[in-house]
Amino acid sequence: MSKMHIKMTVNGQKKELLSEPRQLLIHVLREELGLTGPHIGCETSHCGACTVEMNGKSVKSCTVFAAQADGAEVTTIEGLGNPDGLHVLQEMFKEHHGLQCGFCTPGMITRAHRLLQENPNPTEEEVRFGMAGNLCRCTGYQNIVKAILAAAAEMNSAKEAAQ
Amino acid sequence: MKDFDDREERVGKLKGLGCARKRVEDARFTQGKGNYVDDVKLPGMLFGDFVRSPYAHARIKSIDATAALELPGVIAVLTAEDLKPLNLHWMPTLAGDKQMVLADGKVLFQGQEVAFVVAEDRYIAADAIELVEVDYEDLPVIVDPFEALTTDVVLREDLDTSEPGAHGPRKHHNHIFLWEEGDKTATEQAIESSEVVAEEMVYYHRTHPCPLETCGCVASMDKVNGKLTLWGTFQAPHVVRTVASLLSGIAEHDIRVISPDIGGGFGNKVGVYPGYVCAIVASIVTGKPVKWIEDRMDNLMATAFARDYWMKGRISATKEGKITGLHCHVTADHGAFDACADPTKFPAGFFHICTGSYDIPVAYVGVDGVYTNKAPGGVAYRCSFRVTEAAYFIERMIEVLAIELNMDAAELRRINFIRADQFPYHSALGWEYDSGDYHTAWDKALAAVDYEGLRKEQAERVEAFKRGETRTLLGIGLTHFTEIVGAGPVKNCDILGMGMFDSCEIRIHPTGSATARLGTISQGQGHATTFGQILASEIGISSDNITIEEGDTDTAPYGLGTYGSRSTPVAGAAAAMAGRKIRAKAQMIAAYLLEVHDGDLEWDIDRFVVKGAPDRFKTMTEIAYAAYNQAIPGLEPGLEAVSYYDPPNMTYPFGAYICVMEIDVDTGEHKIRQFYALDDCGTRINPMVIEGQVHGGLTEALAIAMGQEIAYDDLGNCKTGTLMDFFLPTAVETPHYTTDHTETPSPHHPIGAKGVGESPNVGGVPAFSNAVHDAFRAFGLRQSHMPHDHWRVWKIAHDLGLHG
Repeated sequence: MSKMHIKMTVNGQKKELLSEPRQLLIHVLREELGLTGPHIGCETSHCGACTVEMNGKSVKSCTVFAAQADGAEVTTIEGLGNPDGLHVLQEMFKEHHGLQCGFCTPGMITRAHRLLQENPNPTEEEVRFGMAGNLCRCTGYQNIVKAILAAAAEMNSAKEAAQ
Repeated sequence: MKDFDDREERVGKLKGLGCARKRVEDARFTQGKGNYVDDVKLPGMLFGDFVRSPYAHARIKSIDATAALELPGVIAVLTAEDLKPLNLHWMPTLAGDKQMVLADGKVLFQGQEVAFVVAEDRYIAADAIELVEVDYEDLPVIVDPFEALTTDVVLREDLDTSEPGAHGPRKHHNHIFLWEEGDKTATEQAIESSEVVAEEMVYYHRTHPCPLETCGCVASMDKVNGKLTLWGTFQAPHVVRTVASLLSGIAEHDIRVISPDIGGGFGNKVGVYPGYVCAIVASIVTGKPVKWIEDRMDNLMATAFARDYWMKGRISATKEGKITGLHCHVTADHGAFDACADPTKFPAGFFHICTGSYDIPVAYVGVDGVYTNKAPGGVAYRCSFRVTEAAYFIERMIEVLAIELNMDAAELRRINFIRADQFPYHSALGWEYDSGDYHTAWDKALAAVDYEGLRKEQAERVEAFKRGETRTLLGIGLTHFTEIVGAGPVKNCDILGMGMFDSCEIRIHPTGSATARLGTISQGQGHATTFGQILASEIGISSDNITIEEGDTDTAPYGLGTYGSRSTPVAGAAAAMAGRKIRAKAQMIAAYLLEVHDGDLEWDIDRFVVKGAPDRFKTMTEIAYAAYNQAIPGLEPGLEAVSYYDPPNMTYPFGAYICVMEIDVDTGEHKIRQFYALDDCGTRINPMVIEGQVHGGLTEALAIAMGQEIAYDDLGNCKTGTLMDFFLPTAVETPHYTTDHTETPSPHHPIGAKGVGESPNVGGVPAFSNAVHDAFRAFGLRQSHMPHDHWRVWKIAHDLGLHG
């Protein structure tokens, strides 16, 4: 099958690759770029384990063709923090026991990262609705919600301090 | 006072038992640096995928793989004919049955594995599957287990009905076993002579563990050194190694099985699946690594389901409500092959814990296992073996008896609880309950939710409903459950002949840190965190300085794995016992260093102290160094220990759950207003982890009770093969939970711990279901089968005439 030439900015780095038109973004990220943080849980857009950010929106990369990401800015969990400086969401998920098996966690945190940009000061209900596209089988969500609310508070107070 | 302060500080530094230690796993997982099986990528790796049957029952007339093999990038297409010379076209199941690896002449359920395509990548494999032409001749389909026992249609033509099965005689060609426990005659007599008898059919529907990560493996046969390495989603990696050796003929020491990070298991990843066998064979044939990863539809349609128990119950009592007998007959739908993952001698698992938390003088259970044209399985989905079925059965029967007696269901439970002074308690069905204090837990739970107030509110709501002032009813779902976990004593528990002990090996390093390896494998439970805590309290080294490793059969000691809440009761006990061996040797080293008799020393948190001379001591760090740096007369150098722990009994965690639910009579929708969960899991290792386990288990219970099912139509088509149809609750449907506890240690466990991961599912399902039933009790509802999705609840209201 003929391949397309695709350029993307992934976690701030420019990437160029050849992709079959039918190839999914999640497979390009995981197989070609070695970014195994996003996971595949259902391949039908239900579970959200593959959630990444594309051009400022949360997308489920199992139902986005790599071709659709041509020219896009893509952020995965690997782009949110690093071992020397975790993102506040990563810290709060640890602090509030917002994960167990860890399989949904990259998608959860990536989605929460976007949610808090869409709504920096959400209520618990808004967090629950905003995260409804991401399934978790282990935690029952209670501590995920707690972690996201704590991260929001932390980010807001950091913002205030900066002003 | 100074001493006291110092001791507090030292205990704090240990981060041992009872502390809400943050998880050591989380740094990796929050950064996307977990290593799950689909993350394993080897040079030259091929990808395998299955051609699956669209029919539930059909004869295979021919398989033509010509077109598939012509597709560039396709390496091989395996069928049963290719596996026959290796005798791998069938494989044994954990339940004493056998299962087709690839369809041998016929298919017995929709989604069954027919051919295995091996290609250069997953896209080419998917294309090739479409090109394999299979000619089927459809056969009559049997999806009803009761019909299965009367029909002339033979599902398993490979079996001879006149020959006994793995668990005794088979009374029909679709019958698997009859398993019985208890005194049938005495039970029937007790029930017949009782003043009150309640009878009900309680169905626990078919569902599926559906971990977020599906099953999969990577098999890599290295033909140069003759070694096979197998990465996979294995809840029992050591058993997989033994099975792989027995099936393949490769010596066990030449097989390395690795369970990397596992994205949830919940029982789905205990068994051995055709995909594992085919990937191994394909790697042996091609000489290249072969990866097989299910998609979600494969997972829901073909890997092990859970439940599917039709439980016909009779319970009797005096007029005052004292239970006099319990009778249960189960028709157990096992699907096409008996692929339960129970201890060998227990074809119905521990279902005979179904007398629950109650002092029932006489009881009988009979379970008939049946073949149907459905996927095989019958695994313990977030519970010990068939314990969720048992708890649901007794907690429904209690509610039905309460209706029969016109009595409050909380009070009925209270007067029948096993009393604290009756432990160890011998149940009528043969178990020895280790410890419990049910009345205390129950009273605490009822007080916490203001039970009397709730009942008053409910009665007022019913009156208001009758007056036409509201269309919403209030349900109060009660449950007091008793689990049986920690399988189990080797004398009666084994998997494929392997006794169900577990193990821990500890190495103390010269600078005073440690590495411990166990025979279990975490799938999210946080073993690396909590086993470190158990050890910290035993050996006086901070859990931050103890690395826990599991899941690599080349390094970890043999163990039976993680399921049935057995990790803490069995491997946790092994950890404590191995720790005590370390401490015993450390005591001798300390005695030498301090020039005293070892009997003159006492253990104090992280050191041995000379009795009566608190300033003379040696810390574990000092002792560890000495173990490696000096010759101690009469002692070998080094500081290591290993323990293989055979538990003397199971453990019996229990709990009291109360669910308060609002139900809209006109839409069937529900809202959970309050959920209170009190768990008693004995000694509490990490309260944060326990609470997390309870939240998760309750949410899986919510799913099962309120909507999740594996459903088939009459032709055996699976109607719930995607997450569109198979209900997994989101954060929106999931309520807020309130957790609480009492603490009744297990008397036989080294640290008194009982296990907790599965309690919330065992107790949660009846709590949610009883809330639905309770809402309609005033209008005459006795029993309605799960799942209680909106349509079914609407139907209850409709059938009761509540829609006018």
